[in-house]
Amino acid sequence: MLAYILRRLGYGVGVVFGVLFVLFVLFFQIATPDDIARRALGEKARAQDIEDWKANNGYDRPLWPWQDFRDNQLFTHYHSMLRFDFGRSDVDGTPIARRLREGVAPSLTITVPIFVLSLLLTVLLGLFVAFFRETYIDIAGVFLCVLGMSVSILLYIIGGQFLIGKLLHWFPISGFDLDPSVMLRFIALPVMIGVLSAAGGDVRFYRTVFVEETGRDYVRTARAKGAGELRVMLRHVLRNSLIPILTRVVVTIPFLFVGSLLLENFFGIPGLGSLTVDSIQQNDFRTLRVIVFVFSLMFIGGQIATDISYAAVDSRVRLE
Amino acid sequence: MEAHHVSNLLVALLLLGAAATGRALWRNRLWREALTELWRRRRLSLLTIALFISVGLLDSVAWIGGEVAGEDLLASHEARSVIDRLFLKPAEGSYSAPFATHTFYNKQPLVAPAGHPFGTDILGRDVFHRTLKGVRVALLIGGFTSLIAIPLALLLGIRAGYFGGRFDDMVFFVMSTLASIPSLLLLIALILVLGRGTWQVCVALGITSWVGLCRVTRGETLKLRELDYIQAAKALGVSNGRILLRHILPNLMHLVIVTFVLLFSQLVLSEATLAYLGIGVDGSWGQMIDQARTELSREPVIYWNIAAAGAAMFTLLLAVNYVGDALRDILDPRTLREDA
Repeated sequence: MLAYILRRLGYGVGVVFGVLFVLFVLFFQIATPDDIARRALGEKARAQDIEDWKANNGYDRPLWPWQDFRDNQLFTHYHSMLRFDFGRSDVDGTPIARRLREGVAPSLTITVPIFVLSLLLTVLLGLFVAFFRETYIDIAGVFLCVLGMSVSILLYIIGGQFLIGKLLHWFPISGFDLDPSVMLRFIALPVMIGVLSAAGGDVRFYRTVFVEETGRDYVRTARAKGAGELRVMLRHVLRNSLIPILTRVVVTIPFLFVGSLLLENFFGIPGLGSLTVDSIQQNDFRTLRVIVFVFSLMFIGGQIATDISYAAVDSRVRLE
Repeated sequence: MEAHHVSNLLVALLLLGAAATGRALWRNRLWREALTELWRRRRLSLLTIALFISVGLLDSVAWIGGEVAGEDLLASHEARSVIDRLFLKPAEGSYSAPFATHTFYNKQPLVAPAGHPFGTDILGRDVFHRTLKGVRVALLIGGFTSLIAIPLALLLGIRAGYFGGRFDDMVFFVMSTLASIPSLLLLIALILVLGRGTWQVCVALGITSWVGLCRVTRGETLKLRELDYIQAAKALGVSNGRILLRHILPNLMHLVIVTFVLLFSQLVLSEATLAYLGIGVDGSWGQMIDQARTELSREPVIYWNIAAAGAAMFTLLLAVNYVGDALRDILDPRTLREDA
């Protein structure tokens, strides 16, 4: 088991280096420091201004370590990222680490409720539809799922804001406050839309998982010994479906921190999603590079945790 | 060669290619059965998709000259498609509601009273026309991206799965690296560094979407490699290249087709998200929706822009998703078990 964990961690470290390399190629080789400077200063910037900007923002070293092993962008990129020394934004000079920290709490206040509610709702609905498999309820359920999957998240958000915020006046159209007494009013609408927009795909996925399980031998055995259909679904099918459910869930956990880019931006929630959108609109390449790295790191961590817990449960995995 | 010549040529090539593929599939008994079954189950969806494709193709055939709207000198020197030529009415002053006879706000008479089934937008352009032009963009995003992603995924996936070894390790490492970057963020980063534009968006979407398909083809090739008939072919001295082409590739085609159809709708949805972030493709439905965002808060409400673009996108994706579902049921033998 220890050998497996070490091997898996080693591979994870390799992937982190790989991600950093991809980021380096994207943000230094394809978009060169000159491009980045020109986007920050405008197309008509003079050559001297570009050189000054590069020097001020630490973009003036050679890219690759062909001449000097330490004095180059590649080394600095790896060195600073791996020490979590993210530096300052290209645009306004604020420390990126601080902006990340500030964004975590608002992001979590909408993504955690979305995550919990949508998990409960979609698993239950999936179970419900699978319970009535091959009936008209099932057909209608799957059709509704496909219907929901065919609508763009933009329409969910715009439609929700229009219908509930503007016509019905149930909740404010946008805004945010960390004070618990008013927070609920602000997050209710984004949470509802977040749950609804992902429901179609999730319900259909869980239905497929459950239906697949109902074809197994142990289900037939359970029925043969006289277990009722409800008991079969809840005690046997649901439990045995936990692994595919968990796999899907664990993969989405890192996205809790990213928040939903669009939801946060539409509803004026000052979280990490808004930070990402801002850095896109301001061409803030350094912040974007940091954001991509941090979320990839969390994602890799989540995957390693999943794999190790699998190996703990199922010894066959270890031997591969 | 000018842009519209390339486009015309591509349409011709596309039609020829489609005819050849259709003919080849029709000659194969199993594919013929699958296609007949698909037609039996999803007639309406298939017809909808065919309609959208025809609109997209008609919008891709363009030439210079011919009748123009009003006194528009610029238009008479531009290449305009068949769809453009159906809308010869000049632009109105501003917003007008569907089938209106006067503009929406200052009530001036329209050039073409009751002539705009979906109304006109802020610049007085016909919304129906813009919606139809969005069809081509959507198909282009889905089609062009698949043209990048599918060959890449097949080439790498089959090679890695069949030969294994160093190359497999490398492909697997690249896949896990790319899969570790949240796809929306990778997409955004790619478009920001490549610049904004149609082909940049397609390349970025291609880079983020080949990994999923590659994983599937690699896994399936690993399984197929061990099967008896492949072993028999090897024992008979058939060359690797021939085994790959004759035995492995045809057995992966159903996966490729199903993945492509399901990928298509995701690509169109992703483009809408990108359009909101200001890095989408010009003229797409996503962009129309994004531009119409603030119109819902006007008083009285301007709804027709967003409704037209949203409905067109929804119809296409619903049809595609529905066909994709049926295709998966028909082509994937694992789900056949439910009938037994």
